[in-house]
Amino acid sequence: MNPRQVYLVAGLLAAIGLGLFLYKYLVLGFPLTPTTRSEVWNIEARLVFDGTGSPVKLNLLLPQSSDRFRILDENFLTRGYGLTTGPREDGNREATWSIRSAKGRQVLYYRALIARRPAAQRAARTTPPPAPAEVRLHGPELEAARALVAAARAHSADVDTLVSALIVRLNQTRPDHNTALLLGPHPSALAKWERAVDVLALAGVPARIVQGIRLEGQRRDTGLIHWLSAYDGKRWRSFDPGSGRPVIPAAYFPWAYGSAPLAQLTGAARLRVTLSVARDVEAGIRVATTPGAASYSRLLDFSLFSLPIETQTVYRVALMIPLGAFVLVVLRNLVGIRTFGTFMPVLIALAFRETQLLWGLLLFAIVVALGLSVRFYLERLHLLLVPRLASVLIVVVLLMAVISVVSHKLGIERGLSVALFPMVIMTMTIERMSIVWDERGPKDALMQSAGSFLAAAIAYLVMFRPELEHLAFVFPELLLLVLAATLLFGRYSGYRLTELRRFRALAKEGP
Amino acid sequence: MHIAARLARAGVMGINRRNAEFTLRYNRRDRYPLVDDKLKTKRLAEQAGLCVPELYEVVEIEHQIKGIHERLARYPDFVVKPAGGSGGDGIVVITGRMKDHYRKASGAILTREELDYHLLNILNGMFSLGGYRDHALIEYRVKSDPVFGEISFQGVPDIRIVVLLGVPVMAMVRLPTRASDGKANLHQGAIGTGVDMATGRTLSAVWRNTVLDEHPDTGNAVTGVRIPQWDRLLHLAARACDLTGLGYVGVDFVLDREHGPMILELNARPGLNIQIANRAGLLPRLRAVEEHRAHLADLDARIEFAKRRFAAPTS
Repeated sequence: MNPRQVYLVAGLLAAIGLGLFLYKYLVLGFPLTPTTRSEVWNIEARLVFDGTGSPVKLNLLLPQSSDRFRILDENFLTRGYGLTTGPREDGNREATWSIRSAKGRQVLYYRALIARRPAAQRAARTTPPPAPAEVRLHGPELEAARALVAAARAHSADVDTLVSALIVRLNQTRPDHNTALLLGPHPSALAKWERAVDVLALAGVPARIVQGIRLEGQRRDTGLIHWLSAYDGKRWRSFDPGSGRPVIPAAYFPWAYGSAPLAQLTGAARLRVTLSVARDVEAGIRVATTPGAASYSRLLDFSLFSLPIETQTVYRVALMIPLGAFVLVVLRNLVGIRTFGTFMPVLIALAFRETQLLWGLLLFAIVVALGLSVRFYLERLHLLLVPRLASVLIVVVLLMAVISVVSHKLGIERGLSVALFPMVIMTMTIERMSIVWDERGPKDALMQSAGSFLAAAIAYLVMFRPELEHLAFVFPELLLLVLAATLLFGRYSGYRLTELRRFRALAKEGP
Repeated sequence: MHIAARLARAGVMGINRRNAEFTLRYNRRDRYPLVDDKLKTKRLAEQAGLCVPELYEVVEIEHQIKGIHERLARYPDFVVKPAGGSGGDGIVVITGRMKDHYRKASGAILTREELDYHLLNILNGMFSLGGYRDHALIEYRVKSDPVFGEISFQGVPDIRIVVLLGVPVMAMVRLPTRASDGKANLHQGAIGTGVDMATGRTLSAVWRNTVLDEHPDTGNAVTGVRIPQWDRLLHLAARACDLTGLGYVGVDFVLDREHGPMILELNARPGLNIQIANRAGLLPRLRAVEEHRAHLADLDARIEFAKRRFAAPTS
């Protein structure tokens, strides 16, 4: 075998990897760091109710694309229900699920993928003026509203400032006489903005309530929030419900307009609506990159982004394993650290992902130490090898359960994550360690476990840097570079760092 | 970094180089079982007429443990070892009996049940590479040649000769100490002494990275001891290497008081501590063999080459 072949293959792999990477980065504009992603969110409405056997109809108001957000994709989980979607008279979009008969617990889903439009793309679209608002106030309320409008008008120049002034008044902690009369005691946010719509109608300004949700990280059950939107003669403007300024917080996503309930159910009981939000970082790439380029989209069709979200999550982790393996190559062949099992530290590092490093090391040390003492006791029982291994495995699992319960009782939630440790690997570690302990002495055993721990810690630190995780997922071709480097290490025949120490007596001699 | 440069100048070989340029290049995978399984090595050596410790019993399945004590009754002493073990793991030396019990080399007592249990562990692969099923060998216990009696503590010293392509390259004697618990492993505290390839005389000794001339336990000089039948050892080592078809091996001998040199085991991945014991690097010698091997026709020429080229510098 020509040793140059290795260099050739490594060079070829590196060239392919680097070429693909540069093409995706320079030509297609894939983002290098996680922060340059545009924002894409998965929103979900989960509708649960109890069927009684009679025909069921369920209406759900649906979000629409606006000047601030774009709906990229949406889907419905219908499970045998008939489904229609369409516009409503009040300007909302609506989905209607219907079925002849439903019995027992029913669960329906609506899911959408939405993207925030970049500020530059937010065209100031003018919308046609809505129908003139009708005044629904009577008697003393009408008088109070008139006084409020007069006061707000006196402190404003246009629609924006009028609405702002009104919101400020309605938000006062100690409302004046007129405001108190209008709002009544302890008004809900919804009631408050309903009143604001009425007052603005009196002033000749069309206004409506917006029901929405807050786009924040990962929320399993996010509540509805309400704010006010008013027509200023050209388009609808939203107002910050707190400060009253005509700027809406970026995280506020409008779901529906008006005060109609989000979901309405007939023919069944106990409707529960859960809204949840999850940031979708992967799909963010799709939006961040230049749309329209055909080659690009075809590349994406065959990339990891074409996989379902759950599978993508698996690959986010799986793609870091080669990096961990490479770290082990370096640690073992260049540094010369001794570990239990070749890739065991990588598996431990994977577990550290959930536990964090310090807790991971601590929990791992505790489980191994306890397991080892049990193993030493089992030794005295003279068990056969496989039953003994199985016993240690059972003890390890029980130990982990006990650690979880105890740490939960003590309020140390991190302790729960011990459940994620690879139990079989730990069992083998304990077995290997006890043999080394018996045959070579505790010093050797502790040295090797220290080496394993060190390797696991280093592998963890390298594998779970968010920047590297992002790079490996968006540019998996970079792993070809890792492969090339690994191949080159396969031909490394120089000294290991630990050998410099081992053979140091030999270096002292000679000239 | 200058340490690495000095080591390179001294021709010291690291593990990476040994694996990449010697074991991977000269040792064919399909030949490994011949040396990894001590039973196969033993049979091979016996067929070729090389002297090995006599095999008393082989235990391959649990059933054979039954009655083992009766079958062993006629041997006053013996050694139990896993056929697939490495680095001396799992070896138990029985030096005598006390009623129904056995006495280990260290003086500790082993009950019959404990010996049975140890055999079971061996069968279940506790000491084999990768945990595969293994078998246990029970064989003749070597009685150390008196030449080493004064310079070893308990245990039996062994002689390691590294052979490349049938040419002996470097040798060392490993002397057990009290610290090594009678075991002949350098990292466990045994003394390693280099050997002059030309004469079989021991050179300076290394114990835990310090150079010494006397045995720490017996106080006798360990340097300048002449290994008896040195030429025969060199021949045996070269022939064992030819026999296995492996290009780069370490051959371990013991010198028995009655039977003379015996092959204990062969190693397809010989360790690198031999360099420390000899205070010399392996690489220049290995390169010399690679360069001249084509011209060395027969066994005698190879031995002659080794004795001439790898002789210790006369001081």
